[in-house]
Amino acid sequence: MKTSEQVLSDLQAAMPGVKISLLANPSPSAQHSLLVAAEDALRVAAYLRDQLGYDYCSNVTGVDWLDKETTEKMKTSRTVLKQVDGVEQSVEETVEETVKRIEPGYLEAVYHLFSMKHGPTDPHPPLVIRMRTGNRGDAVELPSLTPVWRSAEFQEREIFDLYGIVFRGHRDLRRLLMWDEFEDHPMRRDYMDPDDYEYEPTPHDEVLKRADQQRLQAVQGGAQ
Amino acid sequence: MAVEPDLKIELGKQGVFVTTLNELYNWGRRNSVWPMQFGLACCAIEMIATTMARYDLARFGAEVFRPSPRQADLMIISGTVTKKMAPQVVRLYNQMAEPRYVIAMGACAISGGPFKQGYNVLKGIDRYIPVDVHIPGCPPRPEALIHAFMTLQKKIEAQPLTGEARPRHLNAEAQGEFPVPVPSAHDLEPPVNRLVWPLPVPSQGESA
Repeated sequence: MKTSEQVLSDLQAAMPGVKISLLANPSPSAQHSLLVAAEDALRVAAYLRDQLGYDYCSNVTGVDWLDKETTEKMKTSRTVLKQVDGVEQSVEETVEETVKRIEPGYLEAVYHLFSMKHGPTDPHPPLVIRMRTGNRGDAVELPSLTPVWRSAEFQEREIFDLYGIVFRGHRDLRRLLMWDEFEDHPMRRDYMDPDDYEYEPTPHDEVLKRADQQRLQAVQGGAQ
Repeated sequence: MAVEPDLKIELGKQGVFVTTLNELYNWGRRNSVWPMQFGLACCAIEMIATTMARYDLARFGAEVFRPSPRQADLMIISGTVTKKMAPQVVRLYNQMAEPRYVIAMGACAISGGPFKQGYNVLKGIDRYIPVDVHIPGCPPRPEALIHAFMTLQKKIEAQPLTGEARPRHLNAEAQGEFPVPVPSAHDLEPPVNRLVWPLPVPSQGESA
């Protein structure tokens, strides 16, 4: 069975220096995926289609990874002045410090590949490849894989719409689900939807707070 | 002025038919309500089923579904109204000639339904246009749509031709055109037409 690992070694043998790595999936399904660098993605995709028979891209989707804050305990030694037996001395001391680091978030495009030519059996199980953007703000470009798999066209448009990944080389990159004037990306995890929901007849907690706010605004608006 | 039922029956026995203009007018109106051919989501399938031989909405005077808003009297909002679709729905409603009526069919059309929390779903079409009959259900069965239709017929029947409660097409000052919401950067603008959809008062608003 040609696993993702074997596909990876195939790719590395065929294209030396290609930036590609294996992303392990620790769940029981163990459906590992390949993380492809954006600059090599088109080459890799063409090889997957033409040489390994992955001729069918069934699904493309996006993932939003927020900035991740990690805390790490570090041991540092420093010299401190201390009173030892009434005499002031400088003593070496190890102190534990927690260091906070922020790993920048990124957006991810995930492609699910199948082989129509060989069918869903060995040695061509479904393959998952991923690409990541530089960050979630200004470096959100990825190469479009529509030249390789035409079926990715609408799905890349959907990702552009909902996640805000800009696919370079896509021939018709417009919003798919939302209207053209829309500016947000609703599937991003920090998306705030407009406060337009109709609250329940018996509101409570957060909903009651918002209902009261809206009522107050309506009263003030009506006075004008 | 209504005709006394007893007198009407008695005169009927003698071969004399008596009625009022109001009754005659509304009888004609309520038995020829033509819906617009216009479906939005899965409720539309039930709406189609309602018009087919088994349920046969034509029995109630909804003889044909008209493909043009100019020729339709009834708009059945059958399904989820997305925010992208809402301006078109309001525009179609504006293009219908008076008298015109609206049935909001199913959970989505009346409140957003299972998609209420969605970023692209309008939380009830009654935010922009006046709705005459709301039907719950997901989707409502054809019987429910027929019931809504009969409810609408009763409503039409009860409308007086004069006075405050007269229908909009007999009131020259009534609002005829409803503002079409404009899609903008974050939401539709305005998000709701307060003239049609006043803010509901929370029933447990004591803490305010």
